[in-house]
Order: sequence, then structure tokens, then C-alpha cells
Amino acid sequence: MMVSLLPVWAVLTPVLGLCALLLCERWIRPERVAAPFVGLSLYLSLSMTYQVMTSQAPLVYALGGWLPPLGLTLRADGVGVFLMTLTALVMTGVAVCAWTPSEGASSRGRFSFWALLLALWSALNLAFTAQDLFNFFVALEMLSFAAVALVALDGTRGALVAALRYLLFALAGSILYLLGVGLIYGRYAVLDLAGLREIAQPDTVTLAALALMTVGLMAKTALFPLHLWLPPAHAGAPAPASAMLSALVVKAPFLIILRLWVDLLPLPAAAPQQIMAGLGAAAILVCSVIALRQQRLKLMIAYSTLAQVGYLFLMFPLMPGPAPWQDIGWTGGLLQLASHGFAKAAMFLAAGLIYEALGHDRVAELGGLARRQPVTLAAFAIAGLSLMGLPPSGGFIAKLLLLTAAVEAGAWWIAAVILAGGILAAFYVFRALGHALADGDPPVAPVALYRQGAVLALALCALAIGFVPLRPFALLAIGRPLEALEALP
Amino acid sequence: MSATLFGLAGAALVGIGLFGLIVHPTALRKLLAFNLVGAGVFLVFGVVARRAAAAGLAGDPVPQAIVITGIVVAFAATALAATLLARLSGPEEEP
Amino acid sequence: MTELLALTLALPLLAGALFIVATASTRAALFGFFAFGLFLALAWVALDAVDVALTEAAIGGGATGLLLLRLNGRMRHPVSLGEPAGPRLKIAAGLLAALVTLALGALLLALPEPAPSLAAATVEPLPTLGIGNPVAAVLIAYRALDTLLEIVVLLIAVVGLRALGTDRGWGGRPVPWPEGGPSPALVFLARLLIPAGLVFAAYLFWVGADAPGGKFQASTLLAALWLLAIMAGLAPAPSSGGRWTGRALAIGPLAFIAAGAIGIAAAGSFLAWPEPVAKPMIIAVELALAVSIVVALVLLVAGPPERETGR
Repeated sequence: MMVSLLPVWAVLTPVLGLCALLLCERWIRPERVAAPFVGLSLYLSLSMTYQVMTSQAPLVYALGGWLPPLGLTLRADGVGVFLMTLTALVMTGVAVCAWTPSEGASSRGRFSFWALLLALWSALNLAFTAQDLFNFFVALEMLSFAAVALVALDGTRGALVAALRYLLFALAGSILYLLGVGLIYGRYAVLDLAGLREIAQPDTVTLAALALMTVGLMAKTALFPLHLWLPPAHAGAPAPASAMLSALVVKAPFLIILRLWVDLLPLPAAAPQQIMAGLGAAAILVCSVIALRQQRLKLMIAYSTLAQVGYLFLMFPLMPGPAPWQDIGWTGGLLQLASHGFAKAAMFLAAGLIYEALGHDRVAELGGLARRQPVTLAAFAIAGLSLMGLPPSGGFIAKLLLLTAAVEAGAWWIAAVILAGGILAAFYVFRALGHALADGDPPVAPVALYRQGAVLALALCALAIGFVPLRPFALLAIGRPLEALEALP
Repeated sequence: MSATLFGLAGAALVGIGLFGLIVHPTALRKLLAFNLVGAGVFLVFGVVARRAAAAGLAGDPVPQAIVITGIVVAFAATALAATLLARLSGPEEEP
Repeated sequence: MTELLALTLALPLLAGALFIVATASTRAALFGFFAFGLFLALAWVALDAVDVALTEAAIGGGATGLLLLRLNGRMRHPVSLGEPAGPRLKIAAGLLAALVTLALGALLLALPEPAPSLAAATVEPLPTLGIGNPVAAVLIAYRALDTLLEIVVLLIAVVGLRALGTDRGWGGRPVPWPEGGPSPALVFLARLLIPAGLVFAAYLFWVGADAPGGKFQASTLLAALWLLAIMAGLAPAPSSGGRWTGRALAIGPLAFIAAGAIGIAAAGSFLAWPEPVAKPMIIAVELALAVSIVVALVLLVAGPPERETGR
């Protein structure tokens, strides 16, 4: 383990950017204030990944020199830097795509968007590196508040109602989570993951606390049947905001669930894992079918997010080993998370550009798009490959790994759901593509090529994950099993 | 013993708030109910703190500090929800 | 004796909660919420958590109640998220609520005895920090990152709240009274309360290092006084995009992060307080935080900006 300040700065750099935005609001355009902080945060995430990969050890920092259980630590392990890189690349792509040098949106919209983008980034980096259950809560609240405001940014009545529903779901999730944290503290007087790992017992209080926290987090990650808030929220937000919400924001609570059941209280495969996988399977089947029936592109993409989040929960019973991070189920699940992140960000941004070009996003009226906006449509198609799980794409590798793990574990129903989900995704992606490839000559507003290029770059990232070898990915096992920080080095 | 009584009161507050959350259709009443549930959860922390009295202190300061942070966060959430409600109940206007 | 005290506090608390949920009038429920907040603060005193009691009275009861009362006055029609509950749903909800109460109560009774505790660990390093209140030490030293990010949560809420305003109002000020002006009684009350409140807030801030009190409690009191002044028409609401508003909001987190960076050089760790100057540094950072908290709380209660400032 290496002591490094980088995780701290990864959390605080976007906060400094937020302060700079507040200070410079009256003088400098918000995107120009935010840009250096976007660049700096990207650099920090990439250099952390490089350091973790070269040293094969997590980056750890004990804040103020106070060790847990009294103090807080930030710890960027292999999974942490993997997700921070995903976040950084998606955020950069979104920033490029949302860059509007001309007077377009209102100053309210522009200032709020850039401020909330930085807020989300800080919250995500915190969620991926925090090690303390209450620190997670703070990260989740930062995340929810920024995300709710982004949903309401367009200011239409529909967007406001969607934001209110989202906020109420998020609040309910927070309260359940917090109640679980209180019970854990009452039981152990420790909130640090590594410390809890050493003493946690699968007794009634602990299991009840974990259940409360897990259900609360499920509401925030929109796992079926707690998913009803997501489609109107993600479809009603401005497209760059939807990209961040679908690609990144719903992943943070999922990662915390994973940390609870792998790092805090590792249990042999049992009822909780089976229930989570069952809900994931239901999400895949039900929400894919609903996605098929959507008339609007953004709503279709939002329902697809629900289905793809379902895949993540399939991984729980598929890593039965004593060291789950060496199972292919672990790699499959986390690659699914990343490739969905890239693919979904590309898809929402593409939908936004299509809306800008055509003035609508009705699936049935996309004819002529292939000729007028080939780059955007190519990005949409490549992202679609990943969602369907066709080669070459990250989604293909991830789903193949999950499928293999399911067959090895003898969980035939999970294998069947993975295959069925792929077929359903193919139906809804090809339906949209088919309409877009049809003839037509709609009036098209011009969209800058660099913005289309940013979308294509994100889609290509999803494609690139398809070239990792089909075995447990070494980066994702760095820093496991979790070890308590015994003394300051 | 007195701590346990407050703990049970906290549990009851969670239950009462949950009831309000389900039966009241209007958003403002739901918000009030949320605050009741939140108060109950914070009381659970308070009881945990009181039970852990040691070292000459009447309670464990860590959960107390967590509640202080939690109350501020809950207030911010209520403020955001209130703003959304005010916008939604206002006249339809251009954003 | 303490059981009796606990009962006399817990029963009105539950009665208040039941009233808030059961009453048909939203206005009555809101006034019930104020009374509930008062009893809740007393319950915290009985739990020997005076710091929490002050925060609960100021923010949990006071500021939240004020916010909701103001909201109720401004809403032209209730925003409904569903159908009114039928008798069957009410019975089901009641059963669920009872079940949850019993389960949670059982879990609390199942907590281990003697309870695990960090109390001793929080007391030991106090001399190196130069402060005597362990709750303040948790907030400003051991879990300083939480406190720093909690201020950031307030900033995000302010940014979010402004984002929820209208384009027309951007850069303007919140409107204290959409129709009519303040009542003479309110103006009188404000003139009476504000000077006394200022003195008490300064006292709370000062004792916070060693006794219950501190930046949060003092800041909320100041914010409440400012809101009172705004509502009585004695002071303007802060302009939401204004130069001074932005500076005031940013100074808290910036000072905290700067102090953290000084800690790297002087004490070897980010957010560590260098021993000889720990207390003056802590007080300086808390002052900066108080400025940000006061402005954030005022903006959060006052609502999004609504009118052109005529600049």
C-alpha cells in the first residue's frame, strides 16, 4: 500500500472548481472557469490509475493523520481507479459535447450545468475511494442533490415532477441507509470497512443493518422494483446531464452495495446474493420489454439503463470463491459497469445531438439521419453493440464472462436471462437504427463536428473494452482483500 | 433504561413517519413525514451514543457529531424539495 | 427519576408526531412540527447531547419549520403525488408502521451490552488540539473531511436551488413577501430579538471549543436572525448571483482546504492541525465556515431568486 495525497485531491479539485465558479460568476463564462478543473481532474484520475498499475498497490491516505476507527481514510484500489478513469473519460466527453461557445442556453442553465458537473465529479470520486460508512452517506447526498438539480434543469413541468419524485426516492434511500449505519455503529462502534471486516459477525443486528443499507442503495441505483423514478428523470434531463446520470450516478450506490457484501461482510453464496440476482434478472426482462415499446428515443435509452443495471446484480452469486475478485464473475460485472457507462453516455449524448439536429427524438421519424449525421449515428450504433453484447464490444466480453460464470456455477436461469436480455436489447437497438437508416430528407440543423467526435470517442471506449483478455482482470484485484491501516507509515 | 425508552420512541417515530409517508398524497405532508422518520433515525444514533457513555463522557461524541452533520444534510434536502414544490405550485410560466 | 423524565419527554414527542400525521389541516401539522421540534431538542438534552439539541432546535425544528411554513404560505394549490388513501391502504400502512416499529425496537434491544464505544479514543488527543469539547473535535479534526464535504453539500444545495429558479429571476433576490408587507408585530419582534440574538450567537460560537455550542449552532442562530430581519423588511435578502454572496459561499470550503494544505507542511498530514497554533487556526477556519453556513442557510430558506435587481 502506498501513501498518496492523490485521492484527496481527486475529491477536492472539483470542489475548488465549484468555488472558482461561485467567485468568478460575474466576470468569466462558466465553461471557461470549469475547463481547467475538468482537465486537472482528468489528469489526476489517469495518473492515479498509472500509479496503481505500476506499483500493484492501492493509494491510501489517512486524513489529518487520524487512523480509523476514529479517523477517515481514502483508499484508491484497483476497482476505485478503474471507476475513476471511467468517470474522468465520460465527464470529459460530456464536457466537450456540452461546450457551447455561442450564446445558446440561458446563463442559469450554463452556470448550473458546469457547477453541478463538478459537484457530481467530486461526489463520484469520493464514493469510489471512501472507506467509511458515513463518508459514503455524505458522498451519496452530494450525488443526489446535484443529480436532482440536473434533472430539473430544463425547468419544464414534467422535468420538475420527475426531479421531485427522484428526490423523494433518494431521500427514502438515504434514510434507510443511515438507519443501517446507526445500527452498525451501535453494534461495533466502527464504521471503517477494513475494521469492520475483522470483527463483523453475521448476527441479526448486522444482517438487518446491511439489509436496510442495501435496500436504500437499491432505491438510489434504481434496481427493479424501485426503478419507477428513473425513466422520467433521465429522459427529462438535458442530454449531457442524462449521460452523466445514466453512465455514472447510478453506479456509485451499486459499488457501495458491492463493497458491503464483498469487503465488509463476505458471506458464502446464500439468500441475499440470490435475491439480488433475482431482482437483477427481473429488471433485465421487464425493463427491456418496456424499452421496446417506447416511442421516444431518450425514454427508450432510459429503460435500457434499468435493464443494464440489472446485469450488475447478476454478479453476486457468480463469484463463489473465497477471493471473489479472482472469479470471472467479478471481472464480468465490473466490465459490464464500465462498458455500459461508456456506451450509455455515448447513446444519451447521441440522442441529444439528434434532438438538436431534428428538433425531436421520436423513434419512428428518424428517417434520413444516416445520410445527414453519419458520425452521430455511427456512435449510436457502436454503443448499441455493447448494450446488445455483440462482438467486438465491452458489453460482449462482460456478458460472455458473466455467462461463463453462470454456467460454471450451474446457475442456468442466470445464463438464460443473460441471453434473453441480449436478444431483447438487439430488438430495441435495431428498431431505432432501422428507422434512422430509412430514407428521408428531414430539415437538419447543423451540429459541430467536434461534438459528434466526442460522442464517437466515448462509443469507441466501450468498443475498446472488448479487447481485454477473457480472464480475471488483474487491475480489478489490486488492493484486495481489504487490510486495515495499522499504523501511519 | 431511559436511553432505551428514547430508542423505542425513535423506533415509533420511524413507524409514524412511514405511515404518514404512505397515506398522505400531498407532497408537503410527505415532506413533513420524511422529517419525522429522519428524527427517529437520528434518535437511534442518540441512543447508540448514550449507551456508549465512557471515559467520563455522558455519551459517545462520534455518533453525536454524525447526527449534527446529518441534521444539516436533511435540512438541505428539505430546502431543495421545498423549492421544487414552490415551482410546481406556481403559475405555469416559461422556464 | 430519569425514566420518569424520559417518559414525560417521549410521550409528548410521540403525541406530536401522531398529531402531525393525523391532522387534516396542513397548517396545523406545521405548527405541530414546531412543537415537536422543541420536544425533540429537549429529548436530546435528556440524552446528554447538548450540541445536538442546539442544532436540532435551530435547524431541525426552527429552520426546517420556518421553511415549510413559508412554503405553505406560497403554494397556490397543493402538489399531489397520488390519490388520497382509502381505508384499506390506511390499515395496511398502519400494520406496516407497527411492524417496522416493533422490528426496529427489537433490533435496538438486541444491541450488545456493554456497548462498544469510541468515547475514550476521542478524549485522549484533545490536549494536542487545544479544545475541550470532544464533539467539536470529532467535527473539526477526526472526521474533518465529513465536515468539509458537508459544507460542500450545502453549497451544492444552494447551486441546485438557484438552478430550480426561473431564467427571469436569475441574478435577482428572493422575495420575502409575494403579496403585502410584514405585519407590525413581526417588525416589533424583530427589533426586540435581533440584538439579544446577536450577543447569544457570539457567545455560542466562542464557547463551542470547550463547551456545547460552536459554529453550526451560532451560524444557524445568525441565519435565523437575518431571516427574521428579511421578513420584517429590515434587511435585504442576499442577491443570489451577487459578488459578495459568491465570496461568502466560497470562503468556508476554501479556508478549510487551505488550512488542510498548511497541515501538510506544518504537521505532516492534510487536515492535521499543527500543535502550537491548532486552536487559533481552528477558530479562524470555523469563522470562515460560519460565514458560508449563514449565507447558505439564508439562501436555502429564502428560496430561489425571483426578481430583477434593476442593475
